[in-house]
Amino acid sequence: MDDPAWRWIAVSRRTLHALGDRAQPRWTHPAAWWVWALGLATAASRTTNPLLLAMIIAVAGWVVARRRPDAPWSRSFAVFLRLGFIVVAFRVLFMVFFGSGIGAHVLLTLPEVPLPDWAAGISIGGPITAEELLLALFQGLALATMLACLGAANSLASPTRLLASVPAALYEIGVAVVVAMTFAPQLVGGVTRVRTARRLRGRSHRGVRAFAGSVMPVLEGALERAVDLAAAMDARGYGRTGPISRRLRISSAALLLIGLLGVCLGVYSLLDAGTPGNIGLPALCAGAVAGIVGLALAGRRTVRTRYRPDPWAMPEILLCVTGLVPAVAMVTASLIDPVSLVGQSTPPAWLGLPLVPAVAIACAMLAGVLTPPPPGAPSLRRLHAERAQDAVTEVAA
Amino acid sequence: MIRFEDVSVVYDGASRPVLSHVNLHVPEGELVLVVGRTGSGKSTLLRCVNGLVPHFTGGTLSGRVTVEGRDTRTHPPRELADIVGIVAQDPLSGFVTDMVEDELAYGMESIGLAPAVMRRRVEETLDLLGLADLRNRPLLSLSAGQRQRVAIGSVLTTHPRILVLDEPTSALDPGAAEEVLAALQRLVHDLGVTVLLAEHRLERVVQYADRVILVPGAGEPVVVGTPADIMISAPVAPPVVELGRLAGWAPLPLSVRDARRAAGPMRERLAPLADQAALRARAALHVVSGEPALAVRDLVVRYGPQTALRGVTLAADRGEIVAVMGRNGAGKSTLLSTLVGLHVPRSGSALVGGSTASQLSGPDLVRRVGLVPQEPTDLLVADRVDEECEASDRDCGAARGSTRAILDRLAPGIAADTHPRDLSEGQRLSLALAVVLAAEPPVLLLDEPTRGLDYPAKKHLVATLRDLAASGHCVMLATHDVELAADVASRVIVLADGEIVADGPATDVVVGSPMFAPQVSKILAPQHWLTVADVAAALVEAS
Repeated sequence: MDDPAWRWIAVSRRTLHALGDRAQPRWTHPAAWWVWALGLATAASRTTNPLLLAMIIAVAGWVVARRRPDAPWSRSFAVFLRLGFIVVAFRVLFMVFFGSGIGAHVLLTLPEVPLPDWAAGISIGGPITAEELLLALFQGLALATMLACLGAANSLASPTRLLASVPAALYEIGVAVVVAMTFAPQLVGGVTRVRTARRLRGRSHRGVRAFAGSVMPVLEGALERAVDLAAAMDARGYGRTGPISRRLRISSAALLLIGLLGVCLGVYSLLDAGTPGNIGLPALCAGAVAGIVGLALAGRRTVRTRYRPDPWAMPEILLCVTGLVPAVAMVTASLIDPVSLVGQSTPPAWLGLPLVPAVAIACAMLAGVLTPPPPGAPSLRRLHAERAQDAVTEVAA
Repeated sequence: MIRFEDVSVVYDGASRPVLSHVNLHVPEGELVLVVGRTGSGKSTLLRCVNGLVPHFTGGTLSGRVTVEGRDTRTHPPRELADIVGIVAQDPLSGFVTDMVEDELAYGMESIGLAPAVMRRRVEETLDLLGLADLRNRPLLSLSAGQRQRVAIGSVLTTHPRILVLDEPTSALDPGAAEEVLAALQRLVHDLGVTVLLAEHRLERVVQYADRVILVPGAGEPVVVGTPADIMISAPVAPPVVELGRLAGWAPLPLSVRDARRAAGPMRERLAPLADQAALRARAALHVVSGEPALAVRDLVVRYGPQTALRGVTLAADRGEIVAVMGRNGAGKSTLLSTLVGLHVPRSGSALVGGSTASQLSGPDLVRRVGLVPQEPTDLLVADRVDEECEASDRDCGAARGSTRAILDRLAPGIAADTHPRDLSEGQRLSLALAVVLAAEPPVLLLDEPTRGLDYPAKKHLVATLRDLAASGHCVMLATHDVELAADVASRVIVLADGEIVADGPATDVVVGSPMFAPQVSKILAPQHWLTVADVAAALVEAS
């Protein structure tokens, strides 16, 4: 058994069991999901080929459908898709009204609004060409695809778990953000209650006056909840600090300040070519180092520990890889052979599917297979059973 | 464990102290019940224990509160988080995270326990409170009973020696309340945790208490004693105690079991007049006119993929008082809100006064049906009681001063310039009721009206509802309070999973049900008695 080959097989079998549907359900590290989604978004930003873009959306949607946990925040993918649709619609409409009619295939001609001389180059109305329309469609689709990638990240990665992995010194800001996020749904609940109350009192619950009348009660309710929450957090030990020496406190504050100044100076001189001397990069690096040390020192003040931090293991590494593959492939392809990635619009032509980018995008689908399922996700069988029961009741009714 | 030495609390701007010269000592491992009328200072007393009063609420505390030797003067609440766990009235308002498991771990993270310890304690707590199936559920998707158990679990994980709970069961159905109380019992008996809890529904908890602290309010001295001693003369008492007082049983029984053992002679005396007398008394209370007030046929209501009501059919006449009972989430509130048109039925119909509820709005709606929501404050809009009354007159087009007149009949003597939030729970309910009644709707719906009401306020509500029914209103109330249903309802409907499983006269439905039977009927079973008042009337008739 001590044979290295055997050990290698044992390790790889264990790794296999930690992957995919057979693995114990667990949360995949939210940062890994973000890397994967941003990789896909980077890929989308490099192309206007609608076939590739549609592939990216399909891949994102498939992975969301497979690995979405059952939580309120995980329903945002559809919202982002709708947002993308609006973007495409806007882009096309804009082109219809303000397009300059470049291209040979005129589809129809709108009446043109005459504009004064100083507005030369802008036209409202006029001929609409297939070339322009396709260009607008493809560009809009690229934006929509990037939005879909963000939506996928939002539905797959728990925002609270992401914030929980921030450094200890920033912990309190993280809690504030988490509280704000749980606050939003309750604000919606408050609005519903106030609208209900207006209906019960026989007042109109639509229109500007109704809205004005419901702002105060909703805010009052929100404030009350905030006070209750603050009391509960205080009673549960929020903000307990460990013993810390005065010297440590001062030095961490000073380091943070120096780091911030260094970063500002470095960024400024890197962006502004007129800065004398070559201080940009050194200042940026020194600032970053000072800032990190300062954060680490400040983090020692809190006594807080982390419950079950999400591990960074094989599934996370593979997830990042599957997201980075399309990004790298696409960036490389755009350098070597930019034409194949452009959605052909002048003249309109049948689209080709470049092989390497397509395979790279398909590689991102592995995310839905390699990651462990999220805990507590509704199993398909249960969903089907529920639907069947609903159908039965409906028939009975 | 907990020691109060000459403690007085005055809130800023208040003329009178809430608590004055309180001396208390709570030893380790006791389950102590804090009783008193609403607004008597129970919550203040509880919040003193971990220093929320005065560190958080403001005000002045004189005297000394020490918890395991730590003085709350020098230890703010967060420094006591490892020895005192406190669960507020509304568990949802105290949740910091969004998932069950994270919520259980939050307190431990704050006080900086080692990851291995946290892991073990979360598992133990999940088992202890029966939450293992819920560990990965979002908090917002839980039922009220589950939320309450998660809230208790979330403070338990830091292993506090003291657990403080403010009305842990008042929002729960009888079954869920029993689950929570069983969990508390386990903590006290197996782990030696000291539990301090305030509760209005004494019938649920008084038999478990080792000691009772009576807070009489108005700055009167606090009384501490054994439950039996305190209950003999307490201004708030559950039916079992009232029956015991009526019969003169000594020692005073606190549980149904003890009372049944003492009740043999009483059952014998009542036997000959059991059925007729009780039924006659009930019948005299409710004159059903036969004039239909509301009709629901094959009602199906869904929220997204969830079906809240599956084919409910019922009708009610004027003069009836219908109690709708059932588990949390059984569809009670949905039924009531559909009757005021807040939900559009998927199929079937909900008619009030002959019109479809969801098509009515404005004055048409409020003149046909009125709903007092679970939180009466939701209905109130103004900053002063008199402004509220005037707004209500305008809303429903009633003559000026009519809301105020109704309010004075329901709860006399409320000052015109009081802020509705400063009223007691009972007064606030009366105000909301007056606002609804100003439009003179023939159908009156109440959602969980006794939440937060003490026994005297509840008696007042019962009398009000009987008057309304006698004057021709149809009253329908959704409630978990079996004592209220037994007291006031002429008819009880039990919902389960969106379907009606029982519908009939109160005596038939609640008697014999282990969950919904009131204490008096459990004590005097197999005879059909529902309330202490029924028994008292029958005894007078017999002698």
